[in-house]
Amino acid sequence: MAKIEKTGQAGTLESSDIMITVVPDKSGIQIELESIVMPQYGDAIRATIEKIMKEQQIEGIRIKAIDKGALDCTIRARVLTALDRAGAEIREVLA
Amino acid sequence: MKNQLGREIPEAIAKNRLLYAGAFGTEPTMRRYAPQVKRILPGQSKLVDNIEDVFKKIPVKSGMTLSFHHHLRNGDGVLNMVLDTAARLGIKDLKIAASSIFPVHAPLIEHIKNGVVTELDTNYMSGVVAQAISHGILAKPVTMRTHGGRARAIECGQLKIDVAFVAAPAADDYGNINGTQGLAACGSLGYAIPDAEYAEHVVAITDHLEEYPLTPVSIEQTRVDYVVKVDSIGDPKGIVSGTTKITKDPVGLRIAENAAKTIEAAGLIRDGFSFQTGAGGASLAAAYFVRQMMEKKGVTGSFALGGITGYMVEMLESGLFKKLLDVQGFDLEAGRSIAKNPNHMEISANFYASAFNSGSAVNRLDAVILGATEIDTDFNVNVVTGSDGVIMGGSGGHSDAAAGAKVTIIVSNLLRGRLPIIVDHVLTATTPGETVDVVVTERGIAVNPLRPELKEQLLQAGLPVREIHELKELAEKMAGVPKQIETGDRVVAVVEYRDGTVIDTVRQVKD
Amino acid sequence: MDLRRTMLFIPGNNPAMLQNGGVFGADSVILDLEDAVAPNEKDAARQLIGNALRTCDYGMSEKVVRINPLDTYGVQDIKAIVPCGPAALLVPKVECPEDIKSAAECIAAVESAGSQVKIVALLETPKGIAEAYQIATADTRLVALALGAEDYTAALGAKRTKEGREIYAARMAVINAAAAAGIQSIDTPFTDANDEEGLLKDTAFAKEVGFKGKLSINPRQIDAIHSVFNPTDSDIAWAQKVLAAIRKAKAEGSGVASLNGKMVDLPVVNRAKTMLHLAYRLGMVEEVAEA
Repeated sequence: MAKIEKTGQAGTLESSDIMITVVPDKSGIQIELESIVMPQYGDAIRATIEKIMKEQQIEGIRIKAIDKGALDCTIRARVLTALDRAGAEIREVLA
Repeated sequence: MKNQLGREIPEAIAKNRLLYAGAFGTEPTMRRYAPQVKRILPGQSKLVDNIEDVFKKIPVKSGMTLSFHHHLRNGDGVLNMVLDTAARLGIKDLKIAASSIFPVHAPLIEHIKNGVVTELDTNYMSGVVAQAISHGILAKPVTMRTHGGRARAIECGQLKIDVAFVAAPAADDYGNINGTQGLAACGSLGYAIPDAEYAEHVVAITDHLEEYPLTPVSIEQTRVDYVVKVDSIGDPKGIVSGTTKITKDPVGLRIAENAAKTIEAAGLIRDGFSFQTGAGGASLAAAYFVRQMMEKKGVTGSFALGGITGYMVEMLESGLFKKLLDVQGFDLEAGRSIAKNPNHMEISANFYASAFNSGSAVNRLDAVILGATEIDTDFNVNVVTGSDGVIMGGSGGHSDAAAGAKVTIIVSNLLRGRLPIIVDHVLTATTPGETVDVVVTERGIAVNPLRPELKEQLLQAGLPVREIHELKELAEKMAGVPKQIETGDRVVAVVEYRDGTVIDTVRQVKD
Repeated sequence: MDLRRTMLFIPGNNPAMLQNGGVFGADSVILDLEDAVAPNEKDAARQLIGNALRTCDYGMSEKVVRINPLDTYGVQDIKAIVPCGPAALLVPKVECPEDIKSAAECIAAVESAGSQVKIVALLETPKGIAEAYQIATADTRLVALALGAEDYTAALGAKRTKEGREIYAARMAVINAAAAAGIQSIDTPFTDANDEEGLLKDTAFAKEVGFKGKLSINPRQIDAIHSVFNPTDSDIAWAQKVLAAIRKAKAEGSGVASLNGKMVDLPVVNRAKTMLHLAYRLGMVEEVAEA
């Protein structure tokens, strides 16, 4: 399991986008999610973020996500970019 | 009990009402309502100093029904003014019959909490009042009607109005009213006309008194009992609807273009064409493409109907339509035109859209373009509740125009944000699927199986026709299958179809 | 031959536009990593485009990605994008055959077995125009030359006008080089999205002088451009007559076909065939009879 060293951010607050901020934390994976489609997709968005953390084998991280109705492929892209910017080594995993 | 659309209507709601039985399944059995006949003597004045004095003269009592029109939209000052007076005088248990409720009517919430208002009857509501209703602030369910349905209910005596408070952009001291003069000029007063005709008492509230006799007249002196001059009936900035610009969004334009092509494929772009479209960005854009087709073919349309925008005025003035039938103006251009152009005609809600009279204008429509918050695979449309289950609108003229028009087109993005718009069952059925012919999205057009000949026409024209189930699956493939939202059990609103039957109910949202 | 009547630019760091890029009916979508993306967002746009290529449905549109020039972020772009399966890369600011050769090498290094990512070269400098033929023949991956007139005229110090006299020579150079190399030529975009009449005029000219398609910067332009490049009914009728004349000549054992008293020679036959294949692709004719 790997950790990130610094804060990373990606995405915007535009419609169909999601803004992801990742911050180093002591342990585990903490997700704070705000979404305009929380009742319908809140669980799905969390699951997507958790899956990426597992794939990338990252722990000790707090992820703040402000979602404006992003599709899964966008969420994935934004999370990976945030991780990359936070100094994580991104592994190539087929979506 | 289930109605004909299969919507479960609780026993307590169903027991005193008729349930929806098909778009034309219920026939009228009543006579027209008649308010008490009155007289006024020569020399008698109708001018009253203030609203409080009017309350005392009528007198307004607890338990009465007060009505309001929504032509001033989010700039309306009259509803709040009247209810403040009622509260000050200790009046309780009022039923408020307002043709629409906007964010500006936020003080209603206090009046509901204090028991001044205990019942609402409206065709559309948005903003904080709608949210409070969805969260269960009112013990009795709100009755939500269509614009035509409200006119019908008033005429048929199902919505009895004790006092109609008519916000009057211009009036004279004998009660003649129009909407085209004064600071708060809003154009047509179509939705106020049934109220004035059938209310027991009619009060004109104006900030612009003209010399007697005022011309032109929308609501006549013969139906108006009192005239009150106030400083301001509303904020002109709030009167103009916020959505009268053609969308720049390329996806919205694509949808609009395909909606226009649908009308063309149906063979309706010909002399005598009649048309209605909303004021939303995509609907207006559809008007833009329809106009191009009409110009290219050299077609002169008969009339455009409904809420009228400056864009429709331009089409009238450039000879593309011979007449505008205007129940409500959406912008200043519409107001200016109705004041000076005899071919731009003010019509009442009854003339516009009632199901129970000897013919309303929607019956003469070739095509109407409408929006939706959800559409189900049976083509039923929801325009009452949003994706969170909270009330954010209402039928307005949606169901009326859909029922009347030869071709009813719903335009919508396949995904709104991430949310698929086509679902198995809409949360709140507002307009029944049998009156909806085509759904146009950016990724394909679905035709109601009840209209195979129309489907054939669209295919002939090379339009991207798909099954509605295919469109639903396509959206879910992109966005994932959304989790159903959960609502509470308590009914906060009863949605009436235009004929007065119960088409659905709205449940309280879970906090 | 692949249809590229329209190649529509989609900004690469805009999720809403990326997910809807396929709905406008363009023959190609160009997901843009270059001008539409700020330098500090190139990484984010690469991720976004990569994921969009893998999961978004672009319908019938060919998936093209405009990378950055190789001397800025282009190499990183190729590494990130090629494994995600684009049909082609649009390489900007190409000035010499080596630019194409290096891009092709970079692609080959990361390409998965069995795929063959194509290249479209964007010529937008005086040097690029001057070297057009050498560029057009630089690599087998190259399927088209495209003209970018904004940067080109800026470099010339000429004023860019709607009439386009200032780019006449460049247009002809691109068309000729591409034709000589047996690849397509794609015209520069018409940048006033609100001037449909101007667009139709500009596109009609492009078709007249030999371009096979046009770049587009606004989805609203697609239908108009297609309406120009699509064969007309009389085009189709003509082409069918040409092929019928050839068939007749063959049946009669004659080596020379004639139509309306004129000899039908090979280039005419080829033009007729191309037109009918295009009409067939567009559903305008039921079948293409062999000559």
